Amino acid sequence: MYVAVKGGEKAIENSHTLLAETRRGDRSVPQLSVRQIQEQLSLSVARVMTEGSLYDPELAALAIKQAQGDLVEAIFLLRAYRTTLQRFGNSEPIDTNGMRIERRISATFKDLPGGQILGPTYDYTHRLLDFSLLNEDQEQQNASIADQPLAEQLPRVAEILGAQGLLEPASHAGTDSAEPFDLTREPMSFPADRDQRLQNLFRGDEGFILALGYSTQRGFGGVHPFAGEIRFGQVEVSFVPEELGFPVSLGEITVTESEMVTQFQGAKDVPPQFTRGYGISFGHSERKAMAMALVDRAMRCEEFEEEAKYPAQSQEFVMYHSDNVEASGFVQHLKLPHYVDFQSELELLRRLRREMQSDQRESSE
Amino acid sequence: MMSPLVQFAGIKRGFQNPVQQTQRCFRSMLDAVSRPGSITTLPSPSEHPAGWTTGLTAAALTLFDNDTKIWLDASAKSDDAVAYLRFHCGCVIVDEPEQANFGVICSPTDGLNLNQFAIGDAQYPDRSATLFLLVEQLTGGAELQCNGPGLKVPTGISPIGLPPDFASQWIDNHALYPNGIDIFLICGDQALGLPRSISIKEA
Amino acid sequence: MTHVEPNHTAYNFAYLDEQTKRMIRRVLLKAVAIPGYQVPFGGREMPLPYGWGTGGIQVTASILGAEDVLKVIDQGADDTTNAVNIRRFFAVTANVRMTEKTSEADIIQTRHRIPEENLRDDQIIVYQVPIPEPLRKLEPREEECRKLHAYAEYGLMQVALYEDIARFGEISITYDYPVLTNGRYITAPSPIPKFDNPKMNNMAALQLFGAGREKRIYAIPPYTSVASLDFDDHPFKPQEWDEVCGLCGAQNSFLDEVILDDKGGHLFVCSDSDYCSQRQAEGHVGPMAADAENLGFGRSNDAL
Repeated sequence: MYVAVKGGEKAIENSHTLLAETRRGDRSVPQLSVRQIQEQLSLSVARVMTEGSLYDPELAALAIKQAQGDLVEAIFLLRAYRTTLQRFGNSEPIDTNGMRIERRISATFKDLPGGQILGPTYDYTHRLLDFSLLNEDQEQQNASIADQPLAEQLPRVAEILGAQGLLEPASHAGTDSAEPFDLTREPMSFPADRDQRLQNLFRGDEGFILALGYSTQRGFGGVHPFAGEIRFGQVEVSFVPEELGFPVSLGEITVTESEMVTQFQGAKDVPPQFTRGYGISFGHSERKAMAMALVDRAMRCEEFEEEAKYPAQSQEFVMYHSDNVEASGFVQHLKLPHYVDFQSELELLRRLRREMQSDQRESSE
Repeated sequence: MMSPLVQFAGIKRGFQNPVQQTQRCFRSMLDAVSRPGSITTLPSPSEHPAGWTTGLTAAALTLFDNDTKIWLDASAKSDDAVAYLRFHCGCVIVDEPEQANFGVICSPTDGLNLNQFAIGDAQYPDRSATLFLLVEQLTGGAELQCNGPGLKVPTGISPIGLPPDFASQWIDNHALYPNGIDIFLICGDQALGLPRSISIKEA
Repeated sequence: MTHVEPNHTAYNFAYLDEQTKRMIRRVLLKAVAIPGYQVPFGGREMPLPYGWGTGGIQVTASILGAEDVLKVIDQGADDTTNAVNIRRFFAVTANVRMTEKTSEADIIQTRHRIPEENLRDDQIIVYQVPIPEPLRKLEPREEECRKLHAYAEYGLMQVALYEDIARFGEISITYDYPVLTNGRYITAPSPIPKFDNPKMNNMAALQLFGAGREKRIYAIPPYTSVASLDFDDHPFKPQEWDEVCGLCGAQNSFLDEVILDDKGGHLFVCSDSDYCSQRQAEGHVGPMAADAENLGFGRSNDAL
């Protein structure tokens, strides 16, 4: 016997209660605190802040807890919260030259002024599961302090190459206005200038950008990149209130920056230079910053008269599909009832089949 | 630098209940442009700048903000009005009509020239100006027959206070469709909408 | 350690901040002036996911007033989960009166159907749109599509429809059937079944369309021509059923097929739940009505 089931308000309420229970898990296990997530899952927090487009480690950690660890869902929570915030202005551009360095490396030179500073990195760990981490009251190791502090200023590889004319200057190529495009306020428009593209990549899904970056290395729009510089550390955010007319510090944020130095270009009367790709992320996220730099350079292909043949070089392909909040929403919207349209298709299909079958019967008579 | 408090002393008040009143004003304006030629009443702000009317002020409070560029004709551009707009809307007041998203024309008969305003472009016809024309009356003048989307049957409008060449200017504007400017005629607290999609014939 | 109560943030009326509402309102005024043309707008992330009605919600939130009566339907019914969820959203953020009766509503937000009952000139219907670009399947690039619309270069659509006829003997599009609005722009009606297309032509109500993920808004004013694309020798034909509604006997409404058992037993019922309830209240009875109670089939009472 068929009983028609329609989702009612009660069903939704019950589902939410069940969700809260599932999220909590076994009650005999201590509840995860937002603070623990913020401190001990800081790389998840970094991703959620970057793609959520909001720098607030505590809120990102809260979102991760609320989303039961589903980072794309947490990113959505943070974005939706961001919508409700009142905007009171734009900060000054952050100055990564003045970064308080925790890590700085370059693949383009064996050594460089200030040195290669490894910092906290998984790069050279052996990926062997460490079962001692199952131990909850493990003894904590303390890193030792170096004899010498880091140099005050760590000149960039980009500056060093630029001073010799070997690297194209950092430019605002393609942007006429002083105001950067803001995707959180205006819809995308094409052709997109570099500021819009970079903002889109920053907010874009790490997996998608990573795959696209990877594709450029495998021949789908490749540009022979070198990691000119990767730096991670704290930068100051400052703001100039109109009433004061001078900058006020709002505090520090942690960012990861990646500058790729890529295949040199040149023209008949322009001497060849290395070209740039740029990537940046909130918190510590090198994979994202590096992938972003590769895709940034790929999307600049037309500036260098390179034919745009592959997905990573197509502005629309990259920018329309990089947003995982949009992608997740639309893919999962297929779960919504579509039975009216399906009914329409059924009606047509049945009719076409009937017509075909009766045609076949006629022709065989 | 002058304290913001001193700058804003003496500014006239806006809507008493902005959230609800701008919503009601917008619905009336949406109605006006969906049913061109019909006359709607806009809610009144507590005060309005000299030379403006309550309806004109209501429209400005509803639609202008720091993302919009406004051009004011000489009659609209009193110090009172400029201070009012700056305080309540935070909008940018531009010198050139072609830069404007919105134009406020309190004296349409003083050489109104629709050609001066942005008409949009083929790919973005929405990037055109919307003009508010303050007229003496919305009815009682010579009839202009309107036809197009929103009108079940051709409908006459008969405002008083438009320039004598308005019909021919409008014919040129309509010929640009889908580009073109859109207009609201305002009198007191009432409004009448004329979107670019409407054709006009002198009766 | 501060103790924070769940969800005690104060929302602005209908959730959106006033600046966002103003932006959308300006867009709506332009959209109505250019029937069928997709106006780009700076859509915001909403608390519901993209693809689940954020465009429709942003349009409704921008036009909704405290005195309005709101109806929200999905697949024509008030009690489908997503319609319930969207109604809850507006109940929490706007506290307006809700209704299931089409005739009582000032604003009807809909996904994939137009109500059977004729809408009036004091009503507004807001459609949720997944893909606002009618040319998308033929041309994925937005930049290209914008040029095609700019110059009314719609040849590729004509060719695609003609190829359909060549293959199937008829145009095989059954929903989101493209239309020509005000004789100028080809428009996507949203995935309403083609059965509903004729209602769009010269409708007395204002039709607004919101696509949140794609960030486009468009509009069709009342009494505007909306013509489903076809050819002289292959005119547009809406769907028809041999059956009538099993509950109310309606012959001219869109029917949902309900599967009763695994032996092919099925029942056809009006997709428009309000239309069906009204007809039953007026005494109309369909062929399966007597069995409906035995089947345990009916509308849930706790939808609101």
